Amino acid sequence: MNETSVPFWRDERVLQWIAQIVFLVAVIFFLWYLYHNMITALAQRGLLPSFHFLSLTAGFDIGEHLISYSRNSTYGRAFIVGILNTLEVSALGIVFATILGVIIGVMRLSTNWLINKIASIYIEIIRNVPLLVLLVFWYTGVFLQFPRLKEAKILAGPTIISNRGVAMPWGKPTATWHAYLYVLLLGLILAAIVWWRLTLIGKRTGRMPLVTVWSTLTFLGVALVGWFAITLFMHQAPLALDTPEIKGLRTVGGLELTPEFMALFSGLVFYTAAFIAEVVRAGIQSVSKGQIEAARALGLNGFQTLRLVVFPQALRVIVPPMTSQYLNLTKNSSLAVFIGFPDLYSVAGTIHNQTGRAVEVTTLMMAVYLSFSLLTSVFMNWYNKKIRLVER
Amino acid sequence: MSKRVFYFLGVLLVLGVLLAACGGGQASSGGPEAVKTVIVTVEAPSSGGSNTAAGYGTTLKTVKDRGYLICGVNAQLPGFGYVDDQGNYKGFDVDYCHAVAAAIFGDPSKVEFRPLTAKERFTALQTGEIDVLIRNTTWTLTRDTDLGTNFAATTFYDGQGILVRKDSGITKLEDLNGAKICVATGTTTELNLADQMAARGIDYTPVVFETADQVFGAYEEGRCDAVTTDKSGLVSRRVTLKNPDDHIILDATLSKEPLGPVVRQGDDQWYDIINWVVFATFTGEEMGINSKNVDDVKAKTDDPNVKKLLGLEGEMGQKLGLGDDWAYNVIKYVGNYAEIYERNLGPGTPFNLPRGLNSSWKDGGLLYAPPIR
Repeated sequence: MNETSVPFWRDERVLQWIAQIVFLVAVIFFLWYLYHNMITALAQRGLLPSFHFLSLTAGFDIGEHLISYSRNSTYGRAFIVGILNTLEVSALGIVFATILGVIIGVMRLSTNWLINKIASIYIEIIRNVPLLVLLVFWYTGVFLQFPRLKEAKILAGPTIISNRGVAMPWGKPTATWHAYLYVLLLGLILAAIVWWRLTLIGKRTGRMPLVTVWSTLTFLGVALVGWFAITLFMHQAPLALDTPEIKGLRTVGGLELTPEFMALFSGLVFYTAAFIAEVVRAGIQSVSKGQIEAARALGLNGFQTLRLVVFPQALRVIVPPMTSQYLNLTKNSSLAVFIGFPDLYSVAGTIHNQTGRAVEVTTLMMAVYLSFSLLTSVFMNWYNKKIRLVER
Repeated sequence: MSKRVFYFLGVLLVLGVLLAACGGGQASSGGPEAVKTVIVTVEAPSSGGSNTAAGYGTTLKTVKDRGYLICGVNAQLPGFGYVDDQGNYKGFDVDYCHAVAAAIFGDPSKVEFRPLTAKERFTALQTGEIDVLIRNTTWTLTRDTDLGTNFAATTFYDGQGILVRKDSGITKLEDLNGAKICVATGTTTELNLADQMAARGIDYTPVVFETADQVFGAYEEGRCDAVTTDKSGLVSRRVTLKNPDDHIILDATLSKEPLGPVVRQGDDQWYDIINWVVFATFTGEEMGINSKNVDDVKAKTDDPNVKKLLGLEGEMGQKLGLGDDWAYNVIKYVGNYAEIYERNLGPGTPFNLPRGLNSSWKDGGLLYAPPIR
């Protein structure tokens, strides 16, 4: 015992512990110091952190809002308006960027020279131009160059295109819309049951039926039958056609897409799609050639090879970097502030300015973006786990 | 070996942080660069120590030690604060920065300008990035209290207006029903607009941008039917549009906009200095003293009031912590209010703004300086 005991200051395990504790203390002390510094400085200006301002009247208007909002609403509600606008553009952006990105990624691998080059040039140009430049291009270069409202271009529908945005016919919920929602829910449940049953049968017989196609058909069938049933029995279709028209200085009715929204959406989609295309290309190329040759030898055609052999394996490589592209898109949407779209960052900036609550507003903003990102990550990680190769 | 290095680094870090903390607590400098930038906010008040109020006198000391004034200005508002073709800051507000520098250093050029957007300005002031904010900023109760700022004497009495295209046929506020209106974020105009339109029941959509260039750019591209800001701002920015004559400013005035310099709360001496520099320019006009005749007047005058202003009597400057020739320097190098106004906004400029409310009280205006005595 005695001859093996080393004094503790020579014991490497103890030293490691001490080093780590010292480091931790130093970090905590440093953070505490910064916090203390901030609080002292704020206290001296009479600005101690408080979230009371969220319940005060905002007093400013916001151009686009998904929920009702006016100057009489609170700062808290203004904040939510900003969050929803960010969510709207991010969610739509992610969906469309993925579709476009996959198409371009596959095009990039095409053996057709022209298609291949078009995809390459697209990727190289878009990937190497800053997003902000793209956004300003879309905004001032494209959408603001549309004709003035007086000379608006009116397409069939009518769809009114002017520098005030695009107004198009849209379904307007009627009194029976609420009932129809239940029909849709029923359709979803039935589709899920079909999915479940067919998967079971597939597993038992070893021949997987077209699960996705059948469950989608079930849902659409229920939705269609429900639509006519409601129209017939309740004498009103769930949605009425709402057409836009020019009234004075604006268009009224229909779905109105503002130049700000369209510019931000287009910028984010086209920019992120270029990155997604590269991710998809890398994923597809990671599948060994032998797999494709084997699929061909089995008699699968090009599309079947892609769908049944290449994609399932490529997905394992694609999904993790895809997650960061989605996170980037969501966070990049804060560049909206430069083209006047009232996203979270823009609205929070206004709130900060009118209340002077820099610390609180910034904290809230960071918390919201962080939760968006974490939620996206959680979902993508779950999906990644689901598609990972089952090793036997 | 590597573990020992790690251990050593850990200790070093602790020492560094401790040193930085001590440095921040007592003297003003000493910590590493990264820490120093954060300390800035707290350093000024804490080094004041035993004085009557926290922060009293620290700003002037900081400015003097630095050797120049840091002034937050607008860089996009011709006539008030803009960068000319030689790259120099020019304008009404900019001249007041020069006036403060002249009062402190006897040299109007000892100013560094920080161009700020409406949104950035208060944060820049709160964090000590600038010494004084002179950027067409409206004095309101909320800003005076909630932002930790103090508003000095108003240098320009303004009101909010609306600019529209002539061919739009809009002549009054009510015609704006359904309109898109471009507005800059972080301004009182953003709030006034919402208030006034709500009061009149006019339905409109704001399109909000960060900078004046973006606001007027979008308006010019036809994104908005109208654009709103202070009337002086509209007059000034209209000159920069492609065809200024195609645009008119509506008669309606939406609000009161008293514009003036802003300082941080907590340093009363600095607040006094800014206030009295403004009053010195008013007083100069009241007494008929301008940059051309000030030497003459100083040599010949027997008027006790003039003597007090020009530093020949009463040690007025010392009460502010400045030299007694502070007001002399302001008038000599920058001019009295009338000169500053004429130079930047008067008939010789593209703006040709009538003085209106911004006349001396002797001429029926609102400019009224407390006596310098």
